This record gives sequence, structure tokens and C-alpha cells, in this order.
Amino acid sequence: MSSAISCRGLRKVYPGGLEAVRGLDLEIAAGDCFGLLGPNGAGKTTTIEILEGLLAPTAGEVSIFGRNWRQHASEIRQWLGVSLQETRLSEQLTVRETLALFASFYRFPRDLDEVLNSLQLQEKRDTLLGKLSGGQRQRVAVATALVAAPRILFLDEPTTGLDPQSRRQLWQVIREFQQQGGTVLLTTHYLDEAERLADRIAIMDLGRIIAQGTPQQLIDSLHGEHVIEFTVAGQPSGTVDWLSIAGVNRAQQREGNVQLHAAAPHQVLPELLRVLERAGGRLERLSTRQATLEDVFVQLTGRRLHEEGQDEGGPHGDGQEERIEEAAS
Amino acid sequence: MSAAAPPPLAARRGQPWWAAYWNLLSARMKEMFREREVIFWIFVFPLLLAVGLGVAFRKPRQATSKVAVVSGPGAAQVLRALGEAGGAKVAVKSEGQAQAMAGLQSGNLDLVVIPPAKPGDAIRYFSDPERPETWLARERVQHLLQTKAGRRDVIPVRDLRVKGVGSRYIDFLIPGLLGMNLMNSGMWGVGFAIVEMRQRKLLKRFAATPMRRSDFLLSLVSSRLILMVIDIALLLGCGVLVFHIQVRGSLWTIALAGMLGAFTFAGLGLLTASRAQKIESVSGLINTVMMPMWIFSGVFFSYQRFPAVFLPLIRLLPLTALNDLLRAVILQGAPLSAQLGRIAVMLGWSAVTFLLALRWFRWR
Repeated sequence: MSSAISCRGLRKVYPGGLEAVRGLDLEIAAGDCFGLLGPNGAGKTTTIEILEGLLAPTAGEVSIFGRNWRQHASEIRQWLGVSLQETRLSEQLTVRETLALFASFYRFPRDLDEVLNSLQLQEKRDTLLGKLSGGQRQRVAVATALVAAPRILFLDEPTTGLDPQSRRQLWQVIREFQQQGGTVLLTTHYLDEAERLADRIAIMDLGRIIAQGTPQQLIDSLHGEHVIEFTVAGQPSGTVDWLSIAGVNRAQQREGNVQLHAAAPHQVLPELLRVLERAGGRLERLSTRQATLEDVFVQLTGRRLHEEGQDEGGPHGDGQEERIEEAAS
Repeated sequence: MSAAAPPPLAARRGQPWWAAYWNLLSARMKEMFREREVIFWIFVFPLLLAVGLGVAFRKPRQATSKVAVVSGPGAAQVLRALGEAGGAKVAVKSEGQAQAMAGLQSGNLDLVVIPPAKPGDAIRYFSDPERPETWLARERVQHLLQTKAGRRDVIPVRDLRVKGVGSRYIDFLIPGLLGMNLMNSGMWGVGFAIVEMRQRKLLKRFAATPMRRSDFLLSLVSSRLILMVIDIALLLGCGVLVFHIQVRGSLWTIALAGMLGAFTFAGLGLLTASRAQKIESVSGLINTVMMPMWIFSGVFFSYQRFPAVFLPLIRLLPLTALNDLLRAVILQGAPLSAQLGRIAVMLGWSAVTFLLALRWFRWR
């Protein structure tokens, strides 16, 4: 498969001395949806802006469908549809006027009505942007990228701050674009978004890619795709060696809260209960769930992607969590 | 490299070359006209200013000299003399000394006369050297009283008058306001608009498209030129209809002069905005650039009042050149070929500001 975007040894040092990107290699295949994941400050936006030709890298090579920014900038720009973080489009223009403006920059733009329809903006076409809701504006921002009839769609945090319904609508639009043969590069700090949309994912932290692969590959790399979480009371459980339980691949403990990774929880649970009983611990709460990218991230960086309270109203793994309430004697 | 060639688009017909420019310009104009405050500042405010100042200064403020004669022994005689001969030039009344002096100090009176207590004593005039109209009052009263007492002019005199077309204050004011308005709207309309777009990350968004940079800048400058035509029409129209200003130059020449002015200040606005990140900082910059020109460039009063050593510098300011050019073209009907010096000053500013702005301009 031919590659849409590839970069080698990308580095970016800002004039202040901040090294935002520290040696980055990426290969994004044509037709893929590629997710770039990482916490704020990981260097995602710097990376994507270098790929978009908005920033010059300090070192490294970027190639877009085999062309480079130094020699073929105007050609490449015709191929890219871009939605930046935090762009505020003019509030005094209507949706249609805004799209017409962006369409006029491209040699062969898409039909405006077609784009309006696919983003369900047809009803709002003559509404001023200032009168739209946040979700609608975000869709207009993506529409300004789609109207370019791009070969690659760059979306920097496209669903930040959106309600669940608007998020799903946008996901649908991105999938449709991909089905028509487009390539997507998406940055997000919502892991479920990456898990659902992306064919491949790169996790960035501190300017480097620390893991790369399909979502499933990344989760499999945890050596056990199930997580058993429970709380123990009544006994200093620090003395229990969780790894002695057959089938447990990894164990983490913070005071009474324990997290075990295992491939087959149904084999681990009976043994776990016996161990607890022997140690005199009382089980207060127990749940098992599928491992997620969040677990991958925590394992790789030792941090959670979202600090407490940071992702208010954000999405959570819907329905994947099944709880077994246990009152152990 | 060859495997990833773009799909064969060459056969299709692309958009016309002016599509981007035209869309940018029409978007800019729509944005402006949909913003009510902008309409006020660009169109209504200068008209209000012109009408207000024009009405206030329509006639010389002191047609009649207001004179108080301090009551006392010789007052009746002086009052009679001034009352008989003064006509419309001198309005005279009798007042106590304290009250009269207060009137003079507060500007309600132009002259206080203290009559001689006994024949042979001096008449005392109180005037205010800071206010020229009080000198006029003194000269008028002095002339009336001395001729009444028998003084004769020894040299024969004939008074001839220039009838005041183009010489009233409003004639001076309207071209000045026009120049100032071209400066204000150029600096704000270009400078502020650019920084606002930069702050909104819209410039960066544009930079991510194949939009030609020149189309963008050209559309901004063009929007200024269009507004310039409206500006000139409104202010000159107001001057002609309300104040009966006689426009001697051709509209074509005036439009060219205005276009040059709009262009010059679009360049200055562009330069001011080339790097600023926040609208607060560009507001300060714009005011700093404009402030000296409000004062020195002869908008409300002639810059000839400043010491002669400064005049060559003042004439190098773009607004001075524009105001002088507009006055010459509008009031005297001067052809542009007689204004090459002023035109050169403005072209010089345009060239320098545009070049520097393009060099320093930041899209992010």
C-alpha cells in the first residue's frame, strides 16, 4: 500500500528552547485513519502542524504522497483539508458563505450542497455562524476542510467539547470520508474516539512516539486484555503476592485498591477469592472489564491521560464495564 | 515518488483565477456591513463630527465684541460714545468693576473699559493677551473713542475684501476630516482586522489552504478603497449640501487623491499589524502611530502654527501630505501634476510600509 504521509527524524525546537518534538518517525498508509494520541503538551499539535506545512521542522523529512513541502507546497496544499484547534471562523458570515469562501481557495472544490448535506448543515446554511451552537460550529469547521475535496483530512481535536450526539455525527462523517478513499490524520485525547475510528494509533508523550500499532495490538501488548479491579478492607493486603495467582500477568496496588491484568478472568477469580479468604481480607467491590487504550497509556507513561476533573462531560467506555458486586464474608 | 501521483484533474476546468480574491473581498465587505458598530464609526461618526464642528465654527465666533464699561463718573459719556458709533461691532453695557472683571476672566466679555475719573486722566483697557478676540475688541473701542474725540486718520485708506469661498473654517475642516477618516479607517480596518483574525487563528487556517497570500492582502486593500469612495461621497456631499462648500477639483482627481490616501494608510495598518498577537497590543500601536498625526497634520487647525523648524518634518507625515493634497484638490482645484511632492511622500510611505509588512508578516 502506498503511503500518504511519511516523516523521518522529525524534530522541532521552538525559539525559546522548548523541544516539542524529539525525533519522530511516522508512516501513514493511504486510506487509513491514523490516530495521534497523547496528553496536552505531548507535541501532537506541533507534529500535525509540521505535517500540514504550517511549521518548519528543525530537522527531519516530511513527505506527502511523495512530495515535500520545500518544493511542492502549493501542490500539496490542494490535497489537504485541515481543521485546526481553536480556529474561530467569522461570526458575521453564514454557513454557506463560509464554505464558499474556503471552496474558492481550491482548484477543484466539492459541491457546497453535497458537503452541507453530509454534515447535516443544510437547514443552517443561511444562519450566521455567531448564532450556531458549539457542535454546529465544529461541524462547519470540518466542513471547511471537506469542501477542499482533500485526499488527506487533518483533524486536530475535532470533537473536544462536543456533546455525545455531535461526536457520533462527526465520527460518521469521518468514516464516510474514509470509505470514499480518503486518508485521515486525527489527534485526540479521547481514547474511545481513537479506538473506534482509527485503524492505527500512535501514542505520543513528551515529543516522542512511545507506542504504535492497531488499537488491538496496543491492548494486546498489555499481556492480558482484561482488568480486574477490586477494593479490600479489613486486612493489610500489602502482604499478598497477587502475581502468585495463576493467570495474573500484572498487578498494581494503591492502598486497598488493586488492579490485576489477566487474559482469562474466569480462571483467576476463584483463586483470587480463595487467596483473599486465607489472608482474612474482605472484598468491598469488584469489577472486571476489557482493557482499554487508557490502560495502555497508564502502563507506558505511569500517568492517566485525563487527570481528575479534566474531562468533564467527556465520553467513557460506554457499557463495556460489567460489575460484579460481591459481599465476601 | 511516481506511484503517488495525484488523480488526473488537469482535464477538468478549475475555478477562475479571481474566485479567491472575489470571495475574500465579498466576505470582508459582508462582515463589515453586518457589524453595526463599524457602520457607526466609519460612516456616522465622521458626519456627526463634521456637522457639529461645522455648525460651531460656521461664522467667526466673535462677530460682536462684548464690552463692559465700569460704572463711575465718566461712564455715561463713554457708553454714549460707544453706543452711538458702535453699531453691530460693539455691544456695550455698564457693570460694577468686580463683576466686569469676572466676566472678562470667564470669557463672557472681551474687554473691560474703566473711564477716566476726571478729564485728562487715562482710559484703562483690560484685555486678555491669551485671547485674540480681546485684542480686536480693544482696537475697535480704541478706534471709536479716539475718532469720537477728534482723531483723524492721516493716510487715506480703501478696504477691499476677498469674498470667502474656500476660506471659511468649514472649508478647511471638511478635507481635513476626510483625510483623518481615511487614516482612521485604514489603520483600524486593516490593522485591527488582521490582528483579530490572527488572534482567532483564522490567519493560520487560511495559511493551511492554497489561498494566495496576495489575494488576501489585495482583498483587504480593496475593501478600504471601496469604503474610501463611500467616505468621500458622504463627507463631501455633507459639505456641499449642508455647508455649501464649493468643490473646485474634478471628482475623478479627488477620488484618485483619496485612493492614494486609503492605500497609504492600508500599508501603515498592515505594517502595524504585521506581528502583533493580541488586539489590545495592536490598539495601543495604532493609537501611538495616529496620535502625532491628529495633532500635527492639520486636521482641525493649520500646522503652520507650529514652530517653523518642525514644518519640514510635519510635511513628511503621511496625513499632512494627504490633507494638503485633499485641500489643494478640493478647494483650489489643483491638478495632481502640481502636487507631485505630496504624492511622492505618500507613495514613499506606501512602498516602505508594504515592503516591511510583507517581510515581517506572521500568519500565526
